Order: sequence, then C-alpha cells, then structure tokens
Amino acid sequence: MAENHKKAAGRLCYLCNQRRAALKRPKTLEQFVIMFGLFVADSTVLAYVLSELNRRHNYGLDLFLLSVDEGITGYRDDSLETVKRNEIQYGLPLKIVSYKDLYGWTMDEIVKMIGLKNNCTFCGVFRRQALDRGAALLKVDKLVTGHNADDIAETVLLNILRGDIARLSRCTSITTGEDGPIPRCKPFKYTYEKEIVMYAYFKRLDYFSTECIYSPNAYRGFAREFIKDLERMRPRAILDIIKSGEDFRISTSTKMPEQGTCERCGYISSQKWCKACVLLEGLNKGLPKLGIGRSRGLDNNHWKDVKQSNGTKNIEGKQCGSLDF
Amino acid sequence: MSCNSSGCQSNCYKNGDQVSDSPPPPPPLAAANDSNNLCLKCKTNSPITPGSLSGDEARFCADCFRSNIYGKFRLAVTSHAMISPSDNVLVAFSGGPSSRVALQFVHGLQDRAQKNFEASKDKSLPVFGVGVAFIDESAVYPVSSDKVDGAIQDMRSVVSNLAPPAKQLHVVPIENIYASDSIDGKDRLTKLLDAVNDATGKEDLLLHLRMLALQKVASQNGYNRLILGSCTSRIACHVLAATVKGQGYSLSADIQYVDARWEIPVVLPLRDCTSQELNLLCHLDGLKTLQPFDRPPSGINGLISSFVNVLQEENSSRECTILRTAGKLTPFEFNRIPETDDCNVPLAIRRRQKRSNLKTNESIFSELFCPICNGPLKNFNSLNLSSLKSCQSSRFNAACCSSCQFQIIPKDPSSMENFCSLLPQQVVDRAKHGNCSNSSLLREQIQDCLLLDSGDET
Repeated sequence: MAENHKKAAGRLCYLCNQRRAALKRPKTLEQFVIMFGLFVADSTVLAYVLSELNRRHNYGLDLFLLSVDEGITGYRDDSLETVKRNEIQYGLPLKIVSYKDLYGWTMDEIVKMIGLKNNCTFCGVFRRQALDRGAALLKVDKLVTGHNADDIAETVLLNILRGDIARLSRCTSITTGEDGPIPRCKPFKYTYEKEIVMYAYFKRLDYFSTECIYSPNAYRGFAREFIKDLERMRPRAILDIIKSGEDFRISTSTKMPEQGTCERCGYISSQKWCKACVLLEGLNKGLPKLGIGRSRGLDNNHWKDVKQSNGTKNIEGKQCGSLDF
Repeated sequence: MSCNSSGCQSNCYKNGDQVSDSPPPPPPLAAANDSNNLCLKCKTNSPITPGSLSGDEARFCADCFRSNIYGKFRLAVTSHAMISPSDNVLVAFSGGPSSRVALQFVHGLQDRAQKNFEASKDKSLPVFGVGVAFIDESAVYPVSSDKVDGAIQDMRSVVSNLAPPAKQLHVVPIENIYASDSIDGKDRLTKLLDAVNDATGKEDLLLHLRMLALQKVASQNGYNRLILGSCTSRIACHVLAATVKGQGYSLSADIQYVDARWEIPVVLPLRDCTSQELNLLCHLDGLKTLQPFDRPPSGINGLISSFVNVLQEENSSRECTILRTAGKLTPFEFNRIPETDDCNVPLAIRRRQKRSNLKTNESIFSELFCPICNGPLKNFNSLNLSSLKSCQSSRFNAACCSSCQFQIIPKDPSSMENFCSLLPQQVVDRAKHGNCSNSSLLREQIQDCLLLDSGDET
C-alpha cells in the first residue's frame, strides 16, 4: 500500500498535491510490536494508538499485549481485568506472565517476608526480566512500553541524584537494547503524562488507575512530586530535562559496566549472576537483604555462602530455567 | 602550586604544611572527659557539637575540622594550578559565608607565601597579589542605603584587618557594566530586568550580569584570576537547575575548578566544601558574614534549592553525589588554566603549568557561546536560520541558547527590540562574534530525509 501510494502521487507533496515533495516519509514495515500494562493509562493509550494507526495506515504490524501479574491482591487483579477487556476491545492477543510462574513468588509473599521497605527493588528487577521473558515467549522482535516524558525526566533526575553515569547516558534513548534480541522503544518519550491521561479520558478509553498499594513512600515518588511541582511552574521543564539528558557530554570512554550473561539463567547481566537471580536466591534462602543496599560487609559473607552452594544446586533453583535467550 | 615536600631545596615557597596555622587560633574547647566522645581524627580533643549540627563535620574537633576544610581548598588550588606566584587574583566577595571563607583562605595562602618570600635569599619568586571585589546591587534590590553603607563599611574593616600585604577592596555598582560614559546606567539596568517576564529568567540574567561586572573590574584593575566562593551545595543546585532548564550540554563547563572561557579565568577553590561546613567554619572562627543583597532564590531556582535541602537532610552526602555525577561529564577545552608564553613569567611556573595541562589543544575557541549566559552551544543550537534577515534583534535571538531564548528574551518583536537596545555592549559584541554559522550544517544533518532535485530516490 505504501509503495502504491508513492507511485500514484509521484513526487508531489502529499498534502497540497501541487508542489514537489521535499521529504521522504520513513515507513517501518512488518515489525511485530508488543506492549504491556504497567501504568495502565499509558499503556492503554499506547495500545489504542498503535492498533488504530496500524489499522488506518496499514502498517502491517502484528501486535500483542503483554502484561505482568506481580501478584498484588487488590491492585493487580483489578487492573488485569481491565487489560482483559482491552484484549477484546482491540482484538489483540493478550499474554499474561506472572511472578508466581516465573519465580515462584508473588509480590504479596515477598512483602510478607521482607516488609514494606525495598519491595520496589524486587518488583522492578523481576518485572524487567518478566517482560523480556514474556516477549521471548511470544517470539516478537520489538517491545514497546508506555513510558511517558514525566517518567523519563524522573529517571534522569534519579540517576543524577544517585550518581549513575552509565544509566544517565542511556536512559534518554528512545530505543534501547538494539544489539540484544528484543529492542525496546518508548514512543511516548516526548508526551506528557497529562496529555496521555487527557487523551484516555476524552476518548473514553477503558483504563484502570490506582497506585500500587506497596509503593506510597518510595523514593521515586519523591522525585515524582518534584517533577509535578516543576511542571506546575513551567510545563516545559519536563521536556527540558529530557533535552538535557540527551545533551549531556558523556564521553564514550567513560567506564561502563561490561555486559555479559548471567551464569545461572542466561539473562543479560553485568555481574556473574543477574540481579533477579541474586534477589531470588536471597528469598529462597531466607536472606531477603541479599543484593540490596550498601551493607557490603554483610553482603560479602552471604555472597560467599551463595557461591559455595552454587556448585551443587545451580539450575534447579529458578523455575524459568527452561527459557532460552 | 609549590613543592610540598619539606626537604625541597628550591626557592619556591611552601604552603603551610601545618594547615591549621593560617586561620586564627580556635576558641578554646572544654576538654572531654568521656574518652568515647573524641575527635574522629586526632582522638585527643573533644568534637564540635553545637546542638543543631549533625553529620560528619560535628565529629571532628575544631582544629581537625579546620585543617580538613583548608586542606580541600589547598588541594583544589594546587592540583589545578589556580594561583601562581606571578598572579594577581581578585576574590569575588558577597559577604556571605562561602566568599568570606574564600577570602580568609586566600589570605592564608598569601600570608604564607609572603613569609617564604621574606625568608628566601634571592627573592626570585614574587608573592601573588590579592584584591577583593564587592558588587553593589542596590540598583536592583530595594535595600535601604544605610544598610548598604553599613555593610560596605564592615567589609572595609574586614579587608583592612587582614594582615599585610594590603588588599584593595573594589566596591563596584552593578550598573558599571554599561560603558562609563553612559550616565543612565541604573535606569537602563532596571528597564532591562523589567523587560524579562519570567522570575527565574530575571534572577539568572542578574547572575550573568554580575559575572560581567566582576570580569570588568578584574580586567580594568589588572587581575588575571577571579576567585569565586561557589561551594558544593551551590554547585549541586546549579547542576539540577541547568538540567531542568535544558542546559545539559553546557552544564559541564560551569562546574569545573577552572573556567577560562572568560577574559579573566574564573576558579572555584571551594568546590569541594559544603555550605554546612563553611557556615560552621565561619561560626567557629568568628568570621563576620553580611549579605545586604541576600534573598532566597525564586521560581525554578527556589524550588530546586528547597528540593536539594530536603535531600541533603535525608542523606548528608547527597550534594556531593550530585556534584560527583556531574563531574563525570566531559569538561570543555577551556576548563583549564591557559598557558602563558610571557617571558616575564618565571620558567618554573610555565613548566608547572605545562605539567598540569597535559593535553594542549588549540581548539579552545572552537565552541560558540550564548551571548547572554556564555554557555557553550551545541551545534544544532547555533544554527542561525534567521541570518538572512537583516533585523539585528532577531539575529541576536538566534545566537542565544534555547534556555535563554525561553526564560530571558521577550517573545514579542517590539519588546525584543527594546530588550536588545538595553543590553550592555559586551553582550551585544559576544552575539556578533558568534554569528558565523550557516544553514549548511543543518542541511547536512537532515540529508538522509531530503529528496534530491534530480536523480532517483531509493
């Protein structure tokens, strides 16, 4: 269709049809795209917009919905209902991967064990990997997430606050992991959260909106509040932060952590074991503080423990060991 | 800046190996009976524990604390060759704790150098000169003239009470940025600031103008270094503010120890000291601080400074972490002391400069700068699309960085014209200097998406 169109219109402008065309319109064809629901308003709008564009302009994309079930009673079970309704509304196949299936733990169980502190660390690490595993199961070649401008600005700030130059250099790229099997991209990188919510509201999209019951005091929330204050004073600040993030002079020779693979599950990791495996090991051994925080002395002792036992019980620990990357 | 080994036989002066001897002696502290409650470092004196303080600095005794801060200052000065014996340095003095400490420490260095000079046989190395500049901003802030006069009087006594060699205090009204023959400087300045609608923009513009004023004093009075008292806390706020204002590219230029993009290079020897430390030092040593023009930052800057304060309360090393992150960004070519080929400067000094500037590159002026904030421009920014138009004000607008365009320059053309006419000459000159870009660069960047006039598209 796209090629037909070009022939028909010749070199004339697509809009006025009179003067010569000056710009090529890039078209991405035949890619499988997939999306998921985390902040459900964002991903609902993303699902709607992508399926609508795909239909209207014959992009020829195969779209799937992917959602992660963290196992949080009263939060995720409600939002999953919404995602299931979306599956029917947009006619897109839905895949739900759950922490329980992948790791053998639900967030409820994890919180019961470790308390309300640091639980976002577990959830975040596990979700990232769950998405990749879900995407691998669906055999797609691109993962699209609903991260909006507010999210990215917040990440830039957090990386400055915690001194993470490696993440600071890559957190603003619109596509990441292009050398990996499944690149991820964020089409809403420059879209304000407000715009997305308003779009969902005026389009009367069916979305679910509530805060995670375990995260009211998370550190991220503090940065988020600051971003909201900034936006109130100068809406442009959010985009300016992203611009700054893109423009930072970070030399390519800055020492970056080397990317390898986890010895246990084969997932990308800069360490011997990926973070999910370390956290999971801690949970399974009843040492939930393993891999969290700065208490080096304590950690090292546990780490030795883990290493010693590594030889005897390596692969069986993780239930997703059968997944290949 | 000098040989630090005590056995050094050369003629250079030493910079107080016992750092504690340069500031005035500490107020006597009651000896601690509790042996567990001793200074973290010397383990003999009791630590400073004023009620309101917490954190690491309160666990040192006054002597160790003082030598720690002075050590950070001296390390910054020596490792970046900020001051050489032949230099004439100007300390920018607002009266606040940071610049008060900067003045005290620079004085300590000079005092030491003077003693070495008198003790040395051949007097080959001169002692660097020190001057002090205070920018009088009463044209901008409605402060009663009594208060300003009182503050200036106090400053004179502060400066004159520092031991010889005598230091000159330059009290300069900020409207001095306008040429000396224009009598209505005050008027023009007020109108210029009134033309800026954004509160944050106004504050930032004033900051840039203050720098212009300092540069002008320094160059007119023959100084070759400008010392600012910017501390970690202030720079941390600047890191976040620059990020929020979209100045990510130019940020790394502002936060280095040395910034030589100005006519008179600017150095920040207190970059590694937090404002808490400097306040405590002023308190301990009874250094009088006075800030007639001090007011809490407004707009975006105010929001950021309260955000950083809260973060700092939650984790007392947060400001340092922010600065360290930004410190990992690549600095610019001009973030080092430029070399001198002047034959009057002793060879030893030139050699030392060579050593501290390992990479010498002549691309120092390859950057284009925003005429208002003097921030280096990213290539794309500096493209001057309106260069075809003859209108001067729109050309000026195009030469500015996007942040200044947004928050400082007025939007509608007529007030823009007015704004440009009110700018000091140096700013206008900077814009002319930078106006040499063309649109071919832009064309190059979007080449992939352009259809050619002839030939087939692929």
